[in-house]
Amino acid sequence: MTAAVKAAPAVIVDRKAIRRQRFLGVAYLLMAAVVAYFLTGDLQGSQTSTFLLKPAGNQGGLDVPSIVVPSLIVVYLAAAICAALGAIQLVRGFGARWAIVLGVVVVAFVFAFLTWAAAGKSMSLIGILQLTVQKSLPITFGALSGVLCERAGVVNIAIEGMLLSGAFTGAVVGSATGSNLIGLVAAALVGAALAGVLAVLAIRYRMNQIVAGTVINIFASGLTSFVASRVLQSHRELNEPTKFSSIPIPVLSDIPILGPMFFSGNLFYYLLFALIGLIHYGLFYTRWGLRVRAVGEHPRAADTVGINVIFTRYRNVILGGVVAGIGGAYFTLGSTGSFVHDMTGGRGFIGLAAMIFGGWTPIGGFLASLIFGFADSLQARLSILNVSVPSEFLLMVPYLVTIIVVAGLVGRVRMPAADGTPYDKG
Amino acid sequence: MRLELRGITKRFPGVIANRDINITVEPGEIHALLGENGAGKTTLMNVLFGLYQPDEGEILIDGEPVTFHDPGDAIAAGIGMVHQHFMLVPVFTVTENVMLGVESVRGPLGQQLDRPAARKRIVEISDAHNLHVDPDALVEDLPVGVRQRVEIIKTLYRHSNLLVLDEPTAVLTPQEDEELFEIMRSLQASGTAIVFITHKLNEAMEIADRITVLRAGQVVGTTTPTEATLESLAEMMVGRHVALVVDKEPATAGEVVLDIEDLVVQDDRGHVTVDGLDLQVRAGEIVAIAGVQGNGQTELVEAVTGMRRPAAGRVRIGGQLVKLEPRAILEAGVAHVPEDRLEEGCVPAFSIAENLVLNTYYREPFSNGLQLDREAIQQAATGLVRDFDVRTPSVFNPVANLSGGNQQKVIVAREFSRPISLLIAAQPTRGLDVGSIEYIHRRIVAKRDEGAAVLIVSTELDEVFALADRIAVMYQGKIVDILDPEVATPQQLGLLMGGSRPVGIVEAEAAGERTHVVTSGG
Repeated sequence: MTAAVKAAPAVIVDRKAIRRQRFLGVAYLLMAAVVAYFLTGDLQGSQTSTFLLKPAGNQGGLDVPSIVVPSLIVVYLAAAICAALGAIQLVRGFGARWAIVLGVVVVAFVFAFLTWAAAGKSMSLIGILQLTVQKSLPITFGALSGVLCERAGVVNIAIEGMLLSGAFTGAVVGSATGSNLIGLVAAALVGAALAGVLAVLAIRYRMNQIVAGTVINIFASGLTSFVASRVLQSHRELNEPTKFSSIPIPVLSDIPILGPMFFSGNLFYYLLFALIGLIHYGLFYTRWGLRVRAVGEHPRAADTVGINVIFTRYRNVILGGVVAGIGGAYFTLGSTGSFVHDMTGGRGFIGLAAMIFGGWTPIGGFLASLIFGFADSLQARLSILNVSVPSEFLLMVPYLVTIIVVAGLVGRVRMPAADGTPYDKG
Repeated sequence: MRLELRGITKRFPGVIANRDINITVEPGEIHALLGENGAGKTTLMNVLFGLYQPDEGEILIDGEPVTFHDPGDAIAAGIGMVHQHFMLVPVFTVTENVMLGVESVRGPLGQQLDRPAARKRIVEISDAHNLHVDPDALVEDLPVGVRQRVEIIKTLYRHSNLLVLDEPTAVLTPQEDEELFEIMRSLQASGTAIVFITHKLNEAMEIADRITVLRAGQVVGTTTPTEATLESLAEMMVGRHVALVVDKEPATAGEVVLDIEDLVVQDDRGHVTVDGLDLQVRAGEIVAIAGVQGNGQTELVEAVTGMRRPAAGRVRIGGQLVKLEPRAILEAGVAHVPEDRLEEGCVPAFSIAENLVLNTYYREPFSNGLQLDREAIQQAATGLVRDFDVRTPSVFNPVANLSGGNQQKVIVAREFSRPISLLIAAQPTRGLDVGSIEYIHRRIVAKRDEGAAVLIVSTELDEVFALADRIAVMYQGKIVDILDPEVATPQQLGLLMGGSRPVGIVEAEAAGERTHVVTSGG
């Protein structure tokens, strides 16, 4: 018996990568086909699409010219880009740059769609972008809340309920006291209180965190809907808070495109930007953050070096509740001006998706929220534009994007290792 | 620092884990704490480290009584602990792990991490004791031996002058053992006292100044390597005479039973961990696969026993190409003692009787095709529990309630009690005490003598040398060499396990009759 070990196969084939390469390639070709076939049918060769880049009511600032493009040519161009990239993807793949290519294809597809929708008309692109930021605001608050909780190892699926309670409290307290600021503070406190319940259930009683969060969501939805229908119907004065008004920031708000998007909002905009910066700096550059992340990754290791795991988790979950409460207040005090039952419509869950997509980082969560906000904004604008797509389908867009994004990420991003696992000192 | 444990008693519901323990550790001393699993070593160290409060007794440091409410108190008193399972955050850098809890900070609020300052001290400590640790590396990228050194740096960074090492060699190769001992001697020279917890007799003999033996929660005695012998230590540890060497006749190898050809297996993350492996095992011989954990042994065993689908290659059992599914392999006469006895070896919540028929329940006499025959199952179980010396009040007790050694005996009883042509056992004695190890080794040799082919996977060199008729060294998914245990030395084996080809091995191969020159592909 002479055992001669043979040489290993030179190229180790990664089956998953190949499967992904094929899947994406076929998907790009399909998208190209959709664009070339469905979006060109009713276009005339001479039609142009106009995109406005300056908000309608805005007189000050620089003059930003509108973009005018020949509709049919742009749509065919987008189809060609998708098809070409799809072909290359199928034949040899893009290796590590597959994500960038995916982004290019999606942008081309969306732009073709907008061009088709705006053919022969003018569409306020800046309006869509402004609405994108608006819609992404509560999602980002939710994502930040998730980052705070999950970095310390507690899954917070109750963000939805916290947003909803925050919206309700903000409206009622803001109306009753006549001060939207007091309403905001009350919303933050209610968020903290719900988070406290979650923390006790999850940390002290080591209850399944998904179940605990779901219970809180059902409770929040039931209670706010009940009070809204029983009390707010008859006492409308309790549901008429003053909204926070816009505070355009001098100079910054005059920047073309970015100014109207980010620097012409109300208090919530600037609160959010401050929180993103603060949490990012805190998590990755301070002692506080190192300890929080250690607790979320390996609580026993943190314990053995004298870090109080239980306290850290309580504190972070409650901080997350404060952030979600503030985000909830945005619905009533920053956006619509009155409470409607279940008005958060799953934004808390989308916030969690944004947190995952953003790799459990504040900045990543914000960028991901912008994508979801864009889907939401597109849906809202297109239904106004009278596009020949049934409105039910348009309403599905934000949720579809969520499913696709999260499904595409499964097994790809790495969550904090101890996320969702109760700490047992043993 | 002089540490004294005086009259320490720690009770848990139903058991006394430590009973009236007195131990003194002198400054600059390496003090081995020797005992079987369950003897109370870890409990005692958790008391010392403030994780448990003793029910009676006191801890004295330099003659002063101290009380530790949590690990922070123990650390502040200068006690450092390297746990058996490393307490490192994989996604942090070495610097971040070391500074965690005692961070250097700067900035106006005194909150911002000062990584450069911490890094500087880590480099100083690393250089002082030749630890060779890169402070900027991510811990998850480091080999186990280096992670252990990071743990040691962690304690030194906190100015420990008493270091507790809990089973530090369990995860190391023999070469890494030697490096660790060098480091321990260097620390000793700088005045650090070391408590070295182990159940390996020869390690205690090699490195310790004094050895304290624990059995069943009590101190049996304290001795020194010059006074003690391996036999006397084993007897102190187990409480009776133990045969340290398994008596076995030379193997009479017959037909090839297991024939693995060009096997390629990927792990859960898609990495190729078994990489074109060839191996044959004959009837009546024991082939032991030696290797550092994580070189593909787990995946190899999983593939051959049908627990994992191989990417390529052929496996013949008894000359037949077998469908690689657990039931088919089982029916082909293969017994499998898996690596993780609670995850794969048994159903902990099931009774002993139920666990004993997990591989035969669907056949006569235990089932008539529709219904289980409880009585037949119970009778068979009672017989097996007696034959295999499982210590339990009844066969209806859940396996979860048994000690590790008795759990393993249940699995061995189930796998050995039917006619088999091939036995595959992964880490068959991991975590067991000397007494159980002796028993299981005798059973494995008995199976060989009955004519079964036996494939053992072990990271313990003692076990490999005790059992093997041939030693196959596995490194990075390949069998890099096959050695004759009569001629091979632990040093040779250790080097091969670490991936280097020692000089002089060719002579050893030439001398060994059953060894063969292997030309590795790499």
